[in-house]
This record gives sequence, structure tokens and C-alpha cells, in this order.
Amino acid sequence: MNSERSDPGPYAIVIGLEVHVQLKTASKLFCGCSTQFGAEPNTQTCPVCLGLPGSLPVMNRRAFELALRTAVALQCQIPEYTKWDRKNYFYPDLPKGYQISQFDLPMSHSGWLEIADPKGEFPVRSIRIRRAHLEEDAGKSLHDEASGKADSRIDLNRTGTPLLEIVSEPDLRSPREARAYLNELKLLLEYLEVSDCNMQEGSLRVDANINLHLADAAGGMVATPIVEVKNMNSFRAVERALAYEAERQFAAWRETGRTIAEVPKSTRGWDDQRQATFAQRQKEESSDYRYFPDPDLVPVTVSVSAVDAVRAALGELPAATRQRLESAYRLNAYDADVIVNQGRQFIAYFEQVAQRCGDGKLASNWVTQEVLRILNSAGGTIDRFPISADGLGELIEGVRGGQVPSSRSKELFGAMFSEGLSLAAALRKLGIQALDAGALEQLCRQLLTENPRIVADVKSGKAQAAGALVGLAKKKNANVNPAEVREICARLIAEMP
Amino acid sequence: MALEREDVRRIAELARLELSSDELATLTSELIQIVDYVQQLRSIKTEGVVPLAHALDLANVFRDDCLAPGLPREAALSNAPKHDGAYFLVPAVLGE
Ligand SMILES: [Zn+2]
Repeated sequence: MNSERSDPGPYAIVIGLEVHVQLKTASKLFCGCSTQFGAEPNTQTCPVCLGLPGSLPVMNRRAFELALRTAVALQCQIPEYTKWDRKNYFYPDLPKGYQISQFDLPMSHSGWLEIADPKGEFPVRSIRIRRAHLEEDAGKSLHDEASGKADSRIDLNRTGTPLLEIVSEPDLRSPREARAYLNELKLLLEYLEVSDCNMQEGSLRVDANINLHLADAAGGMVATPIVEVKNMNSFRAVERALAYEAERQFAAWRETGRTIAEVPKSTRGWDDQRQATFAQRQKEESSDYRYFPDPDLVPVTVSVSAVDAVRAALGELPAATRQRLESAYRLNAYDADVIVNQGRQFIAYFEQVAQRCGDGKLASNWVTQEVLRILNSAGGTIDRFPISADGLGELIEGVRGGQVPSSRSKELFGAMFSEGLSLAAALRKLGIQALDAGALEQLCRQLLTENPRIVADVKSGKAQAAGALVGLAKKKNANVNPAEVREICARLIAEMP
Repeated sequence: MALEREDVRRIAELARLELSSDELATLTSELIQIVDYVQQLRSIKTEGVVPLAHALDLANVFRDDCLAPGLPREAALSNAPKHDGAYFLVPAVLGE
């Protein structure tokens, strides 16, 4: 199945995403247990998160603040009054028999997130956010995949970890848009420093609702049954699962003609090995959660001035950074997007390089091509990149000013990267010594004296003959700058009687 | 709206209670009485009364994001019907 297909087919795809992000707190949402990932099973629990009788939850202020910061950045409305409810269901990894979540009065609703595709495959779109609410996580179940007969093992370390559930409206129209939305959301969350957004560790999870709108025989519009797709462990997997699911639904509709009116919403998992979705068993009666207000928690009120203060403290968000880079450094939209998508540290690195070397476009070329190429292939992050922003800026500045031969700049970059050398040390190591203007002119004069034929050719109008002088100059000294040789020789020949 | 036997069966299922036919009959009539009793509240006029989400006149009770000691694992597992010293063990649950 090809997820890259751009032909939308004879149907419109309708996608809404539910994203759960773990908020970056030290302790859990309602108790003082650690949220640290990777601890030995069942070593981070207490009576509150185990749901033992007599224990009482108290809300983590930091968790609420991080949730509020995110909601404001997502342009959400923040009601002055919000409360928590119990969502009741039985599952072994939910020790209380209910999850503390938010039902009818979530802490935020009606926001939006703008997504753009700098390659122009879809227009800039504003994706509406239905709501974002603060809730607790459940524990982890480990099933006996092999026989299915042994006991399931339960680890409750994660129980009670603060989650922000961000629900979009079904505004996404292609798997690619869904991925763009996730990229932009993740970038925003990292910008805000509210979550690590690590899908492997489960601190960002995505469920997708998808169906198709198509024309029926009578020319009316019909919709296929809604499917919720789960178990996608990367944004790439989300894109592929949705592309697969759209085609599967289309095939199923052609075969059965069954529509949303006849089939209730179902759940399918994504199998990354087989690159296919598969039907998952429904939890019986699972839709009846019997929400009611949690009497153990008091409501939270948020004043308009508190929201304003949060908004004022947000700082520059990714969309604004893209625009600023475009205008301040004269970058095109594509380059600005590539830089901003790498996150705040990378942006800071680029800006320092650009300021040091005095040329935004050149700085952009170097960081988006050379630096990113290494980061992408070798892994690693910009804060551990061996060439400092000042070092790279100095190299580019040297190339611009002609003190560093541009023909050898990549070589210098390589030496600075692999051996952690300063520019000066790399120049020494590679035996590159910039010639001063006097020495270069001396070299050119000598060349012209030695090659009267070339001089004669140039004088008779064969400008291209001068090209041979550059090669000869390089033989005399590998460090010469070809453009300068050309220029000086042209001047000297012109000055000849 | 009177409760019916089927409603009670469903509620029991949601609560994971397995009821015999006799128990279902008894509980249905008892639940009907309880609901009838609470129904009296319906006679109160509530127009213009703001819904109350909490009985306490309190809001914004927070704790700081500080770690507090939890339970040693042996203690956490000690009430479980079955565990292996590291995990709680429950009858196989498949197809999340
Ligand atoms: Zn706890």
C-alpha cells in the first residue's frame, strides 16, 4: 500500500485525531509518586494511585499549569470553571475502577492549530481543536502474546501520571495532513516544554478516527462507518495506517455498501509488520462510562487575567518564528520551515551562525544541508554537535571574506566536525594558508610572465582562455581562491600596454 | 420512568456482578424503591439554580509538584490475590 499517493481517489477522507501527551511533571497528577519512565515495575505507587480505601487525591499545580499553557497556545477558550469526573470502567490496569478525567466541563475547548505544507501539497489549513482536558493515565498490562493462557502482568507505575488529551475536530482530509498536524503539535508541545513527546516511551500517543465521504448511486453523499485506529507507534505509522484504512474502507464499501447508518463505530489496531489494520475485540458495554463529578476533588477556577498572564508568558510560537526567520534572515518559506521544525535549540544555533557570519541565506544552507545531514544520518541533537555555532559562523564568514578558500570549505567543515577542531586548527591541519593580497598578485604576475600565449589569447578577445590560468595558479598554491585569481589576472592583463 | 429487570441486569453487568434470577428479582424491586425515594427531589423547582458540581464551597486546592515517598513494592503487592514479586498477576486479558 503506498502512503505517498496524492490522488485522493473517488472519496473524501475525514480524519480526527485524539492525542494523549504526558505532561512533564516530577510527580503524578494526584499523588507524590514519581513519573520517571523505566523504573522497576510497581516501585512508584502509593495508596492514592493504587486506589486504596481512604486515600484522597490532591491536584498537582504544575500539571494544571502545563495543561493550561498548552491549551492557551492551542488558541482554546478557557472556561472560568472546570471540574473533574469519574469515568467508570473495569480493567486490571485501572485499580480504582474509574479514571479521573473531565467530561462536561473540560478545562479548555474550541481552539485551533494551523498546519502548512511548505512543499505546497496542501494549502495552509486551520485544524479546529474540539477540547483539551487534563486526566490521569492508567497502568500498563503485559499480555502473554504466545499462548494467551498465562496470567497478564500489571505494572502500576504509570497509573495516575498526568495526561493532556487533545481532541481535534474531524478536519483533516488526508493521511499527510494528519502527519503534518502531529508534527506541528509535537513541535508546539516541545516549544512550550510541557512534554517530552516520546512515542517510544508512551509520552505521546495517537488514536485516529477515520471514515470516507463518497457519492452514492443516486448522487447523494454517503459516509462509511467510523473506525478508530489504535496502536500506531510513530507519526509515519499513523500516516500509513490511515492510508491503508481509507483504501480498506473504500473496498469494503464497494463490496458491502454498508454505511455509517448501519454499522456502529469500531476499533482496529495497526500491525506495523504486516502494514495493515486488524479488527480489535470491543469491550462489552464499553460506551457506558457513567461519568459523574468526582467528589474527592474540588473544582478549579481560572480568571481571565490568569489566562492573559499565561498568554503573555508563552513567548514566540513556531508559526511566528517561521515568519521572523523569513523576514529577519531573508529565508524562503521552505528553509525557514526546515529550521523551525527542528525545534528551539536548532533555531538558536541557526540564528547564532547567521549573526556570526552575517549572511542568513548562507547560514541556512550550511545548517539545513551539512549540519542536518549529519544529525539525520548519525543521530544526535544540535546541543551536542561538535561544531559550535560560533565555529560554523566563523567558517562561513571566512568563506564570504575570501580568507578561507570556498573550494575547501567542506573539507574544513569535515575536520572541524570529526576532530572537534577550531577553524584555525583545521586550517593548519589541512595546510591551508590564506594568501594575502600582495602574495596573490605576485603569483598572478609570475603566471602571466610565464604564459605569454594565454595572455595574447585573452587580449585578442578569447576570455575563456583565462580559465587555464586558474588551474596553473592552483598548481603553484592549492590555497588560491579561483575567483580572485581570475579577477586579478583580468585586471593585470587589461593594464598591460 | 420505572426501572425494569433489564435495566438492573445491565447495571449489574457494568458493575461486574453476577446475579441469579432470584437476586435479580429482589434487587429490581429494591432498586425501584430506592429510585422512587430519590425521585422526590424532582418535585423541587430548580429553574434559575446554577448546577452544583461540588458540595464544598471550595476551589483551587493544589499540591506542589514534589515527590513523596510511596510504598515499597512488597507492600504495594501485598493485598493482591496473585503476584510474582514484581507484577500484579491477573487472569489473561487479551485484545486490549
Ligand atoms: Zn501514588
